[in-house]
Amino acid sequence: MTEAVLYDVVGPRGRRRIVAGSVVGLLVIAAIVALALARMAAKGAFEADLWRLLTQANVQRLLGRGLAATLRAALLAMALSITVGALLAVGRLSHRAWLSRPVGAWVELFRGVPLLLLILFAFLGLPAVGVTVSTFWALVLGLTLYNGAVLGEIFRAGILSLPKGQTEAAYAIGLRRGQVLRLVLLPQAVRLMLPALVSQLVTLLKDTSLGFVIGYAELLRSGRNAVEFLGGRYSIPIYTAIAVVYIAVNGSLAFLARWLDRRTRHRYGRTVQPSVADEAA
Amino acid sequence: MDAVVDNLDAYRQGFVTTLALTALASVLALTLGTVLAAMRVSPVPTLRGAGTAYVEVVRNTPLTVAFFFVVFVLPQLDIRLSFFVFAVIAVTVYHAAFFCEAVRSGINAVGAGQAEAARSIGLTFTQSLRLVILPQAFRTVVPPLINVAIALTKNTSIAAAFGVGELTAVGTRLANANGDAVIAVLLGVAGCYLVLTLPSGWLAGRLERRVAVAR
Repeated sequence: MTEAVLYDVVGPRGRRRIVAGSVVGLLVIAAIVALALARMAAKGAFEADLWRLLTQANVQRLLGRGLAATLRAALLAMALSITVGALLAVGRLSHRAWLSRPVGAWVELFRGVPLLLLILFAFLGLPAVGVTVSTFWALVLGLTLYNGAVLGEIFRAGILSLPKGQTEAAYAIGLRRGQVLRLVLLPQAVRLMLPALVSQLVTLLKDTSLGFVIGYAELLRSGRNAVEFLGGRYSIPIYTAIAVVYIAVNGSLAFLARWLDRRTRHRYGRTVQPSVADEAA
Repeated sequence: MDAVVDNLDAYRQGFVTTLALTALASVLALTLGTVLAAMRVSPVPTLRGAGTAYVEVVRNTPLTVAFFFVVFVLPQLDIRLSFFVFAVIAVTVYHAAFFCEAVRSGINAVGAGQAEAARSIGLTFTQSLRLVILPQAFRTVVPPLINVAIALTKNTSIAAAFGVGELTAVGTRLANANGDAVIAVLLGVAGCYLVLTLPSGWLAGRLERRVAVAR
């Protein structure tokens, strides 16, 4: 249902009311923004030298290196999570209870704990049993454990969303279970779940910022280091710049996801919807 | 194992802090999210635009960055509150966008015929929303709302990095203090989270199936 169904095409009186509502809404929003800006201006948040900092080459280089570190961790974790997720989905869909039950439990457990805790497990727990890990690998490992489980569920939903006739037809021409999955179900399911997959990858990219907690020098940590070096008053321009970078990168990925979603829906009539909750976590 | 048993009191404190943070932020974020959702389906363009802008900005920003703005930028503006209140603000601001999307998708899931029928018997926008759409949307929307609340519960762990003594912070402290029992200590923390998330997830799944049958 589109929102337009909720109300009629408005007449003159309704139009006047909407204009009045717009003006009031605009005034309220403008008042909130103005209040915030006034407060910031009073504390000197808009002084030119504060923001000129962002044009300095070494600050840009620092943030650029941070972004590169963020992307490096994100890309590796994405590749690993997709692999783990595919394996978990196939495992959970298996008809053998000794395989599907433990895999199901694995997925539920790793989806049920905070990602930060998994990263801490890798960062603090592995050294305790004698395995040394760098902050980079602790972050990647934590991200993979968590997102592998989430992606596993997305893949499973994709396969389950296919019409039963596909499986039955494949069995009828004599394919074995593995072949049915590989040759018939997966190629179709991938198309349907691609939008949900991309939107989960946005979440993963956002979550690399948790590397900050264990001291991996990603975008956020680099920014924090810069602020600690330069002084607290520079926190506003630097964190704003970081937020803008995140919004730009994630926004374009989210745009891609939405475009894929529209195209898939147009061609195949449906998609696997990403869950709002998975996006939040 | 001893490290866990000896520190049950610390665990309890962390657990209570996590619960308090979760409960407060959930209520506030749900309220703000519902207001945002109402703005996004309203016929007033400025409200729609503002709601959309809020959601788009927040959902593409990591929660950690939201924490940075609250914990490090607000004090620059001479707004000084306790770390707990800061954490409530950051978690609320972030999750309001997702509660909004969950509510909105619930509204969108109600069949178009319902809204058309409501209008054709002469109900106004507010009436059709209040009497026809929302009561039905509420049913489909409860499981996703629970799921967002679960995500919120897990995300409160990030407050550990910003001075709040909740579960994860307790876990890190105990892990550093008990170098020989790190895994046991962290497993204890994981258990505490699972006690909160698994039953709620199970409840959400059950409700979801019930609603699916009813439709």
